[in-house]
Amino acid sequence: MSDNQIRDAIAEAIADNDIILFMKGSPDRPACGFSARTVAMLQALETPFTAVDILPDPRIRQELSALSNWPTIPQLFHNGELIGGCDIVTEMYESGELATVLGVDAPSDAPDRAPAGADPAPAPLGIENRLG
Amino acid sequence: MPSADEVRSRIESAIPGAEADVQTQDEVHFSALVRASAFDGLSRVQQHRLVMDVFQGELGGAIHALELKTEVS
Repeated sequence: MSDNQIRDAIAEAIADNDIILFMKGSPDRPACGFSARTVAMLQALETPFTAVDILPDPRIRQELSALSNWPTIPQLFHNGELIGGCDIVTEMYESGELATVLGVDAPSDAPDRAPAGADPAPAPLGIENRLG
Repeated sequence: MPSADEVRSRIESAIPGAEADVQTQDEVHFSALVRASAFDGLSRVQQHRLVMDVFQGELGGAIHALELKTEVS
């Protein structure tokens, strides 16, 4: 796939999925603490979401960041709009705004503070692992 | 490796009216609370972009991670 095709595929994925998270690793096996925390917050709200692992090809991250004008991973999108990275999602989770924006009712047992998330698994690509 | 003070002064000189409180344990991972009048009317994403733009190319390099919180002052 050319870089342009990758960018088009990313744009299409963002357009086609109500809630989509670009992350390092998978929800079951996050490869970075920030991705793990973001997954844990979405799971605490019990909202379905699509996850894309950016690690398999460095061009995914490169094209995603060029498209979103956002340098770091994870990146959460809702209805085609960038909600933010882990810090913004955490702030919005704790204020209750995240549930509102995503249009979900937070379960009564959802923690008030952002959940810590699973311990990250080692990333398959060493070089990406340090790109916080 | 940048010190917390360097990161603070770079944010404050790049963003009009900004006051930054920057912490670091290791001069690689930083956390910053930035208050600025320039954030008024901007979304959180836009506010964070203003700060991250100060360190273009260094995020993921000399600055491994910048944990960020922004507020309108």
